[in-house]
Amino acid sequence: MTEEKTHHPEPSYLVNTGKYKGLMSWLTSTDHKRIGIMYMYAMMVFFIVGVLLGEIMRLELFRPGQQFYGPQTYNGLFTIHGIIMIFTVVIPGLAAVFGNFSMPIMIGAKDVAFPRLNLFSFYLYILGAGIALTSQFLGNGPPDTGWTFYAPYSIQTHTNVVAAVFGAFVLGFSSILTGLNFIVTMHRMRAPGMTFFKMPLFPWSLYATAWIQVLATPIVGITLLMVVAERWFRIGFFDPSLGGDPVLYQHLFWIYSHPAVYIMILPAMGVITEIIPTFAQRKVFGYKAIAVSSLAIALVGYFVWAHHMYTSGMSPTARWIFSLLTFLVAVPSAIKVFNWVTTMYRGSIDLKPPFLFALGFIFLFMIGGMTGLTLGALATNVHVHDTAYVVAHFHYIVFGGVGFAFFAAIHYWYPKMFGRMYNFKRANWAFGFLFIGFNLLYFPQFIIGIQGMPRRYFDYLPQFTLGMQLSFFGGILLLIGIILMLTNLFSKKGAKAPDNPWGGRTYEWTIPSPPPLENFEVMPVMGPDETPYDYK
Amino acid sequence: MEHRDDMGAKLGMWVFIFTEILLFGGLFLVYAVMRGRYSADFHSAAHHLNAFIGTINTLVLLVSSATVAMSITAVQKGDKRLAVVLLFLTLVCAAVFMVNKYFEWGHKFQIGLYPGSDLMLTMNHGQVMFFSLYFFMTGLHMFHLVVGGIILTIAMIKVNRGTINSTRYVLLENGGLYWHLVDLIWIFLFPLLYLIT
Amino acid sequence: MSTETVHITPYRTYAWVLIALLTFTFLTITVTWIDLSALTVFVALTIATIKAGVVLTYFMHLKFESSLFRVFVIMVLAIYVLVILFTLSDYLFR
Repeated sequence: MTEEKTHHPEPSYLVNTGKYKGLMSWLTSTDHKRIGIMYMYAMMVFFIVGVLLGEIMRLELFRPGQQFYGPQTYNGLFTIHGIIMIFTVVIPGLAAVFGNFSMPIMIGAKDVAFPRLNLFSFYLYILGAGIALTSQFLGNGPPDTGWTFYAPYSIQTHTNVVAAVFGAFVLGFSSILTGLNFIVTMHRMRAPGMTFFKMPLFPWSLYATAWIQVLATPIVGITLLMVVAERWFRIGFFDPSLGGDPVLYQHLFWIYSHPAVYIMILPAMGVITEIIPTFAQRKVFGYKAIAVSSLAIALVGYFVWAHHMYTSGMSPTARWIFSLLTFLVAVPSAIKVFNWVTTMYRGSIDLKPPFLFALGFIFLFMIGGMTGLTLGALATNVHVHDTAYVVAHFHYIVFGGVGFAFFAAIHYWYPKMFGRMYNFKRANWAFGFLFIGFNLLYFPQFIIGIQGMPRRYFDYLPQFTLGMQLSFFGGILLLIGIILMLTNLFSKKGAKAPDNPWGGRTYEWTIPSPPPLENFEVMPVMGPDETPYDYK
Repeated sequence: MEHRDDMGAKLGMWVFIFTEILLFGGLFLVYAVMRGRYSADFHSAAHHLNAFIGTINTLVLLVSSATVAMSITAVQKGDKRLAVVLLFLTLVCAAVFMVNKYFEWGHKFQIGLYPGSDLMLTMNHGQVMFFSLYFFMTGLHMFHLVVGGIILTIAMIKVNRGTINSTRYVLLENGGLYWHLVDLIWIFLFPLLYLIT
Repeated sequence: MSTETVHITPYRTYAWVLIALLTFTFLTITVTWIDLSALTVFVALTIATIKAGVVLTYFMHLKFESSLFRVFVIMVLAIYVLVILFTLSDYLFR
């Protein structure tokens, strides 16, 4: 580790050099690092709102029967919880924050290919989130359809579905433009000598993600427009009373929304693939297998959508085809887990907070992935379809997977972002609370799901009380963990961070912390024998 | 500081075109499903469309695509006047297309045929689907045509000013690509909507 | 980076392409006059695909661009065709 105080003539990107000061200098900045940080703060606000909404739901479910508010409020709560968490937190998620901050540096570029478009995506994101949130306050009350907006109910309900749907449409557009930007960036701006198969694996995962963003999002875009058209003009594509087909809505919706799960999880896998070699000080095992498995997940993951629809009345042929493909997509995911574990083998493991979170990710992702196979199998799916089991599986992937990877990524790149360290001991405590709280919250849901507790229900039979109450206490522990983690990161200034606190080998660790505006003083060149992970 | 990458700009445009293709792709998927279910109704409903206007519009769009493509050649050769003329012709074609569409849609509205109208609610399910698709698809296509027209107008002004010239013309190329996309979509819309009688 | 050789397509090529496209258009229209029943849609779509191929190749310069573009276009179209096929695996076998 570099101890000596190196002299950095270039001011860091955190110093305002443009014509504006303060907040305006951020809002007008096209610097990829600043845009990434702006996404992070915005997302954190949405995340906290989403968490609190979740806790309010758990509070109501503490006992059977009505406690604090009625069923309609509950329907509105789980809808907006889903919309916020899915469309404004996990879908942009790691790609928008760390993809923007780290990816250009990791491939040796000064910025993304289209910096102004990048800022425009950010504003679309804010605009879309704003429109989605107005659905809560304007019109005939908060939408109550769930984040899936299933037709025909989404066409019939009198609540303010249009605003929520239109917000999701704008957010989708933002996501498309980010994906477009990343594809071009990775094709055109890699450092000289860095071929595609010498690119670090986080960018690789973003590349696969970007293609899904570009090719899947428009399908849901047009579908949401169709829902709006149905509500406004009685165009009846999904309305059976006009000859439409509600199952077709489900097809179109999941053609996007299943790949969207891979939009969330692929960058998460990418981050874990960066963290593990760094803290094991080992060359990543099976570089090519990990890179190619990202593409394989993206490709096969595009064609598994109808496993959400086994009970919708779909043809038996389609059911077994989609079940088969669902099992296939587990293969590249398992390849990655195998490679992570093998990378650690005989490494000199340094159990710092980022690595701890990465381990948490692997554990939770395994549970989420395995239970996904239960759901992907036709026979068992019919039993647990639309039960709390699905809720648990989904949260293990999206919170246990994406969320913990996000926390891992913050702890990994925080010193680079702000040039400061944080308190390791408190970070470890936060991890403890998060990990235990998370499992206590969601594991009981698997059990009561198998026992028959449906999802999205306001009330439940007394036999599920114990499971629900364990979940409630898990939720409290989780909340404490989140507060601990955020205060540790953002309340106090830590010690000054060295350029390379973890001994990483990718390009972002070769430049100052925080980086100068244009990232590199001398543009990097990758030699013929170099690889991104030259550890032992 | 000036960083220029025409190849990258074109790649970006292509990726955007892929997005657009899948946007319309969702609608074509709905079309395929509905047509499979109501093929007889689709046939009878398509009789109400004016295949003559449809054909004229197809020809107009094809010509406009050719003129855009030629205007790029003109710019590359440094023939500014010809490029402006060709782009202007393209915009004229676009205007003709829009005027035709105006009469086509206007006539339908006049006889009370529009989404949610009383007339449509008395029709067969399949016919309702056909006209819903017709209005939605041609409407979205028109929106793209207008956007493409705006981009090409900007390009034309820039060619005239000389900011688009034989050494830098990627904006015109990208505008052209977008215009061809509008044409591509129409190439499929035309037979699927007008010619299935 | 802008050192790629520029390919200038002559006007004549575009004129020929336009004539070909117009011919195909008249062909589709005449074909629909002849009643081929179930084949009509198939023929119309085939001709439309050929026309689209011509537009992509010449008007959109795919023929003269780096092969990367061609790979992408083929990949995207293949994915879209698969989406249709997989969706129809539901509707055709209900």
